[in-house]
Amino acid sequence: MKPAAFIYHDPKTSKEVIELLSKYEDAKILAGGQSLMPMLNMRFVVPDHVIDINGVKELDSVFDNGSSLEIGAMTRQSNLSKSQDVKTKTPIFLEALGNVGHFQTRNRGTIGGSLCHLDPAAEIPCLMAAYDAVMIAEGPNGLREIPFSEWPLTYMIPSLEPDELLIKVRVPYWNSHHGYSFVEFARRHGDFAIIAVAVLIEMDGKTISRASISVGGADIRPIRLFEAEEVLKGENLDVRVFKSAAEIARKVDAMSDAYVTSSYRQRLAATLVERALVQAAERVSRGEN
Amino acid sequence: MPDYRNINVVVNGVKHELDVETRTSLGDFLRQEIKLTGTHLGCEHGVCGACTVLLDGEAVRSCLMLAVQANGHEITTVEGLAEEDGSLHPLQEAFWKHHGLQCGFCTPGMLTSLAAYLGDNPEPNERDLREAISGNICRCTGYQSIVDAALDAAKKMRGE
Repeated sequence: MKPAAFIYHDPKTSKEVIELLSKYEDAKILAGGQSLMPMLNMRFVVPDHVIDINGVKELDSVFDNGSSLEIGAMTRQSNLSKSQDVKTKTPIFLEALGNVGHFQTRNRGTIGGSLCHLDPAAEIPCLMAAYDAVMIAEGPNGLREIPFSEWPLTYMIPSLEPDELLIKVRVPYWNSHHGYSFVEFARRHGDFAIIAVAVLIEMDGKTISRASISVGGADIRPIRLFEAEEVLKGENLDVRVFKSAAEIARKVDAMSDAYVTSSYRQRLAATLVERALVQAAERVSRGEN
Repeated sequence: MPDYRNINVVVNGVKHELDVETRTSLGDFLRQEIKLTGTHLGCEHGVCGACTVLLDGEAVRSCLMLAVQANGHEITTVEGLAEEDGSLHPLQEAFWKHHGLQCGFCTPGMLTSLAAYLGDNPEPNERDLREAISGNICRCTGYQSIVDAALDAAKKMRGE
């Protein structure tokens, strides 16, 4: 018996979940369990109540609303990779999801779970930062929309009230010819990234009209490189431009830990930003998307 | 105060109905309640892959699921891979032939993971297989013999 004793709840609707969250002070939401279960097993968290939302079917959906992809919080990572809308409209997701744990953990792990756990090096938050995705939470007073830039409050803490539940994420599409790339470096395939980079670019003829660069794993939350995005705008797909954008990545605020120094993370960020830009440029030129 | 639930699960084709404490992991449930000790619990936090079982045919970590969450589902453990007459699954045959195990601790997770993977990907190359088992840690073999066995089994399963 690993986790400390708790009372288990298995509501069937998000309304019931919110009622339970309002009623109980010390409750944890159990989604795919790929982060919470290890923490329960090691007793890093010892909640009085566990609210299992695997039975809340309304949260498991992938919906194309025409201009954005709406992903229900309980959508399994493996199911999202099978979505035809993802393949055609947000192909960077496939590249990123291939790096999220292993196929066995993706069979359980969910989009909402990863976004609420908010590990600094997790791939899904890094993607949502690149897309300026909108997080949609439900509480006793109804729905609330939170732009991803305001979602991480601090290290592993999302902007959710104790009685709120993340119900879905809205990911606005880039145009149908956008370039994209998701690259990361980890010590073992499937581990959390030391650095992960997501890049999106849109073209106006031969010049870049819009770019998004998100770096995960460097700081306590994904970082958008707005300055580097500005450097790219109005430029051709030129390696020299990519190199100057990558130099900005070298200056990111980066954490240091027992294995990896901050200067190593900065160098890695620069290398991976350049690599991702080159790949995104190749894709956009080939009209692959 | 212990919190119990009554659950119904089918494990390797056999129906079980019993009360479980809700904090019991699926892995502990299989080993301690159903007495199927083929599923090995290694790290118990989702890293080593030894405890992998099939939940409605999909590979999952049994240490990262509560037994109560398996209510109404079908579980296949390593004991369920061979045929009822005892004839081995092609993966088991191939592991035997290629020495795909030494101490055997990771083997149940390797077999269940690969059984699910080959079901979805009948024609993998070596690189695909190495990625497929990247979440299963083996400290004996160096993986080479496991990959050889999986390639051979995939061939057999394709009828070649």
